[in-house]
Amino acid sequence: MEAIITQQEAKRHPMDNLLRMDRMPHIWCPGCGIGNAVSAFADALDKLEYNLDKLCVVSGIGCTGRVAGYIKVDSFHTTHGRAIPFATGIKLGNPDIKVVVISGDGDLVSIGGNHFVHAARRNIDLTVICVNNFIYAMTGGQVAPTTPTPAYTTTSPFGNFENPSNVPQLAEAAGAVYVARWTALHMRRLTYSIVDALKKPGFSVVEVISPCAMYYSRINKLGDGLDMMKFYYDHSIIKHGEPTDHLEIDYQKEIIVGKFVDRERPTYSESMGKWFED
Amino acid sequence: MRVRERIKPFGSEKPQPVKGELIIIEDRCKGCGFCVEYCPNDVLIVSDKFNSKGYHPPEVVHEENCRYCGFCQLVCPDFAIFSIEEKAVESKSNTA
Ligand SMILES: Cc1ncc(C[n+]2csc(CCOP(=O)(O)OP(=O)(O)O)c2C)c(N)n1
Ligand code: SF4
Ligand code: SF4
Ligand code: SF4
Ligand SMILES: [Mg+2]
Repeated sequence: MEAIITQQEAKRHPMDNLLRMDRMPHIWCPGCGIGNAVSAFADALDKLEYNLDKLCVVSGIGCTGRVAGYIKVDSFHTTHGRAIPFATGIKLGNPDIKVVVISGDGDLVSIGGNHFVHAARRNIDLTVICVNNFIYAMTGGQVAPTTPTPAYTTTSPFGNFENPSNVPQLAEAAGAVYVARWTALHMRRLTYSIVDALKKPGFSVVEVISPCAMYYSRINKLGDGLDMMKFYYDHSIIKHGEPTDHLEIDYQKEIIVGKFVDRERPTYSESMGKWFED
Repeated sequence: MRVRERIKPFGSEKPQPVKGELIIIEDRCKGCGFCVEYCPNDVLIVSDKFNSKGYHPPEVVHEENCRYCGFCQLVCPDFAIFSIEEKAVESKSNTA
């Protein structure tokens, strides 16, 4: 009898205690990289052996915004673009809680861009995982501030001519203390970057280049999720410490990945504490 | 503990290769093929059969080559596959 229980216990998914397996299968398309980002995040939590009661995940709106619903910790699915201000409130009201924002490129850099910039400037103690699929996926594949030139999207039917945002450069310029980028296939390196970011006090950003196997892929004829994954992985070049102004991503060209920024700045709470102490 | 997190068995008598047993939750699989493509030991293939959603789940063809590295589990975006250490399960059931 006991042997059977042991066998069954051993056959539970190792991430059972971190993810809401009762909600699987999740909504993401076959070959979407968002699941990989979640997998790396869960593995990072496992490695850090965090007290899950002292951890909170906040997402905005979008395909990536759905992450909050699948992680088995206190999690919040907020309004579009407002994950960072919501997370800031949680952090300032509960300084002993680790707050993580997991959201999409559109949510964080477009509608939420101003919050991103000012949370980085204030150095609020948050870890931001930005899943960059170069598009507004959930709403049908519109052009995003991260869409490379000249990719097609449903709202750039003649190709995108806008100059795209470079997320690591934006984060560094605004004041983030830790900035890294990996593709959704660099599972081990991505996991260790998330571990580092979670350990780092202050505003840390990990960008995950992820295939949208539905909208971005279809309109640009990039194949399925596996084709895109392979392409991104095979075209990524690891260059730790690369100046962030070299990190633009051109359409279907090489992608520089690695850890780019790791520096010390007083966090918002530290500055406030010091100010009122004197 | 996963294979790559272990201390190397230098000096110990005959190091035994670590072996894994694979568990596939077929109905969760969306047939993306990541596990099949990126298993370092080519343990898996895409099977011909369909799961309840109409996707082709992976099939284990060379379980003897599985080294319990855990990469298939990490790379599966649908949390549909994982490995457990073969030895651990055996010894647990033996002691019981
Ligand atoms: C205030 C507001 N404006 C617009 C929308 C519509 N909307 C929902 S998701 C989304 C874009 C999401 O893009 P991204 O953050 O990149 O997430 P993805 O789906 O690509 O993961 C938009 C514009 C909304 N829900 N609320
Ligand atoms: S639409 Fe794109 S980003 Fe959204 S779940 Fe599907 S593949 Fe992923
Ligand atoms: S645990 Fe490693 S060796 Fe075994 S099937 Fe998975 S990826 Fe392949
Ligand atoms: S990685 Fe997961 S979803 Fe993709 S084929 Fe393998 S088991 Fe299925
Ligand atoms: Mg997006």
